[in-house]
Amino acid sequence: MTNGFDSSSVNCKIQGRREMAGLRRLAQLKPIAEEALAGTVFVAKFLCGLHVANTYICTAALTYGPSMLPTLNLTGDFIVAERLSTRFGRVGVGDIVLVRSPENPRKVMAKRLMGMEGDSVTYVVDPKNGDWSETVVVPKGHVWIEGDNIYDSNDSRNFGAVPYGLLQGKIFWRIWPPERFGPLEKRKSNEGVL
Amino acid sequence: MANRDIVWNVVKKCFTFGIIGVTVSDRYASIVPIRGASMSPTFNPRATSLAGPVTGDYVLVEKFCLQKYKFSPGDVIVYRSPCNYKEKHVKRIIALPGDWVGTRQTYDVVKVPEGHCWVEGDNAECSMDSRSFGPIPMGLIQGRVSHIVWPPQRIGAVEKKYPQGRIKSN
Repeated sequence: MTNGFDSSSVNCKIQGRREMAGLRRLAQLKPIAEEALAGTVFVAKFLCGLHVANTYICTAALTYGPSMLPTLNLTGDFIVAERLSTRFGRVGVGDIVLVRSPENPRKVMAKRLMGMEGDSVTYVVDPKNGDWSETVVVPKGHVWIEGDNIYDSNDSRNFGAVPYGLLQGKIFWRIWPPERFGPLEKRKSNEGVL
Repeated sequence: MANRDIVWNVVKKCFTFGIIGVTVSDRYASIVPIRGASMSPTFNPRATSLAGPVTGDYVLVEKFCLQKYKFSPGDVIVYRSPCNYKEKHVKRIIALPGDWVGTRQTYDVVKVPEGHCWVEGDNAECSMDSRSFGPIPMGLIQGRVSHIVWPPQRIGAVEKKYPQGRIKSN
């Protein structure tokens, strides 16, 4: 009986010592945990800042495909687009814009604005087979977009005017390829490559 | 000097919280008030079309659906108006790409094109929706309404419902 009592008190002591050791180890871990927490918070803040800058100020994008030849390359141009002018409605005819495709909402494409709401736009219906052209009036709240390469471009000539809300940004600077580094300027609407 | 430090700290905190708040509301979820009677009785059941003070419901809009753009008929969505990009409207998706919709007024059947959806308000009498401007591109969708969060007696999930007879899906 006494034996058992003794052993249990010894057990208690050992347990207590173990707990003390554990606490001490925890105390050692505390600065590391604090550092990790601070690091996580910093990374989270940084990502939030990145998101805000990317959504509201400017974004980078890689464009490829034949539809904007010769302005944008076939194999891939790295461009910067700013979000402010589309948000405040300060884009005009001739600007190159990023548009969310009306046919596939997960795709974003680069096209040139050819008409704002209320403008009448004349376009060649089928440039490969003759120059029969048609004139339409862009409805309220919509814009008319076309690729520079009218022979190989899926744009408003196929799906009609698109709502302004689909515009994602105005492309204003090219970064890659380096030999064509520089601003992308406006073009008059009727200077088309015909 | 100490005062300036305090002010600087407060400004920094406000800025940080602002940025985090904007990020959360852009990417995950936000709470928006609903005005108007076009979705009554789901939202604003007591609002009438013209009468003065409208008691607005507040709803939770989740943005996870924007990563895949996967919706099902009956979802209530927030989208930018195709006529004015500054306005956002709340309506219910009736039909998805490839479905045929019968319009009530003209009795003809419309096919919803690829990447578009047909949206209608629950209150057909005073709702400006696909019946007047046709199907809208899904790229205009800004989020999905999942819950009503205010007033307290109406807290709860928004149920899916849509008229079965008018839609013929492929």
